[in-house]
Amino acid sequence: MSAQDDRNPLTVVSPRSRRRKLQGRLMELLASFAALVAIVVLLIVIFSVAKRGLPAVNANLFTQVAAPFGVEGGGIKNAIIGTLIMTAMATAMAVPIGVLLAIFDTEFASPQVSVAIRMTLNVLAGVPTIVIGIFIFGLVVVSNGQSAFAASIALAIIILPVIARATEEVLLLVPSTLREGSMALGATRARTVVSVILPSAFGGIVTATIVGVARAAGETAPILFTSSIFANAVVTDPSQPMASMPFAIFTNSESPSHHDQEVAWAAALLLMAFVLLGSITGRLLSLRTRRQIEQMR
Amino acid sequence: MADQQDTQSSDPGDAPEVTTAKPAARLAELASGHESNPTEGRETVFRLDKVTISYSGKPAICDVDLAVHRNLVTAFIGPSGCGKTTLLRSLNRMNDLIPGASVDGRISYHGHDLYGSNVDPVELRRRIGMVFQRPNPFPKSIYDNVAYGMRLHGMKDDLDGRVERALTHAGLWDEVKDRLKASALSLSGGQQQRLCIARALAIEPDVVLMDEPASALDPISTQHVEDLVESLKAEYTIIIVTHNMQQSARVADITAFFSVDVRDDGTRSGVLVEHGPTSDLFIRPSDPRTEAYVTGRFG
Repeated sequence: MSAQDDRNPLTVVSPRSRRRKLQGRLMELLASFAALVAIVVLLIVIFSVAKRGLPAVNANLFTQVAAPFGVEGGGIKNAIIGTLIMTAMATAMAVPIGVLLAIFDTEFASPQVSVAIRMTLNVLAGVPTIVIGIFIFGLVVVSNGQSAFAASIALAIIILPVIARATEEVLLLVPSTLREGSMALGATRARTVVSVILPSAFGGIVTATIVGVARAAGETAPILFTSSIFANAVVTDPSQPMASMPFAIFTNSESPSHHDQEVAWAAALLLMAFVLLGSITGRLLSLRTRRQIEQMR
Repeated sequence: MADQQDTQSSDPGDAPEVTTAKPAARLAELASGHESNPTEGRETVFRLDKVTISYSGKPAICDVDLAVHRNLVTAFIGPSGCGKTTLLRSLNRMNDLIPGASVDGRISYHGHDLYGSNVDPVELRRRIGMVFQRPNPFPKSIYDNVAYGMRLHGMKDDLDGRVERALTHAGLWDEVKDRLKASALSLSGGQQQRLCIARALAIEPDVVLMDEPASALDPISTQHVEDLVESLKAEYTIIIVTHNMQQSARVADITAFFSVDVRDDGTRSGVLVEHGPTSDLFIRPSDPRTEAYVTGRFG
């Protein structure tokens, strides 16, 4: 038997295959490195905010309103309440419109219209939020003054595409055999949507809402134009401007007072924890919904 | 030599003697169990005149002339792509839901134009029910699946009784009576398909269209569904699309055989080759294409 015959054909390595192997390995390394960078950046942000914010998290933060200028102490009670109210109002505006838009797009619109709507939503999602802030400033604030209501309109515009696109995605996942099954029993399209499609996609719509809420809570730019002049008191009247978490972080971090700077870190930590929690809950819910829909196929 | 064999297997006299290795003989045996003149004295439910169905201008099935009679099982058989499902879906206007689909020619239902301008597809689909290839129960309880159509059409008196009757009719009642509130998705594939049949029967249709109702099921569930088809024809008119010739030979009174025509310019579309009593079609096919198909030389 010659040496030639001894060679295992499954392991013979030519220069070409060696190069291919190397290229594959390189690509894998680069991709892994990029993924690692993203994770490391997130971890650094979480770690550094937690490190500086945690010591300042105490009961006063939640029970006291911001102190008047020049006075030491104070918390962010008014900012937390303000953010909760404005986010809730923005969500209440954006969810019905976003869900209806998604339903129209996936169930009723012709393919051409549907493409146009999706493109519009993508463009809207890409508009810098400060531009939306100016838009609402010109439209609402100039004539009526700053208010929580104006801020929530701006926030609603920002989260509308988020909610609509996420809802669309889950509606498209609902198998078309269910639509046919319903229509074959004599249901109209509208009835099919209400009785079969929406209940099947409900979990996905909840996810879309949570993701939208998390997004609205952290937006700063539109708040600057619409709800940044306020007294250091808890305001619940939406026709008045309210304090907000992002704006409290901004003003406190600009302050020379050491205490205020600590409050800024604590507020940043709270806001980040809220957004993170929202994203994770949304993610888990969305996985559950996908599994449920998978069962219907 | 091949010709000789084919003549033998399609000859009714020889069929009983050839017992093994001859699928056609088995088919003939099964088919011979049906009446030789089942349509006699029966009302016509559907009449199709020169029906052509196209998707975006491309014909999927051309020039179909066919009559479907009451309380019989009519089977559409033929190779993939012959347009049998397309034709079935045109009978309850499910094709309306597909953009670009159009129907030429005339389809009448009890003498009324199915595609008339004043026809309400909702009312039409209440009378002409459909069961799909894959079971598609709604993600609701077993009870709500059956009640869905009835609620839709305002059949709300004695809902419990109607649900029970529909499930009994579909041969599912004994298996699910203790868990009507359980999710329909918890049922097995065969049970889900019978639930879909129950759902279709619950709104008291006149016709039930079945698009390969057993193709996604195991043999035992298939047997259940076939038995069900047999028992349902006393009350309903049934049209069943199937790939499975044995199934057609077992359950159908009338069989329509479709094939694919390739024209000179290379375009393909389905055509109705022949139709008639199942016993004739399988034992004495009049068209060589049918003979080729039922003897297993093609498809």
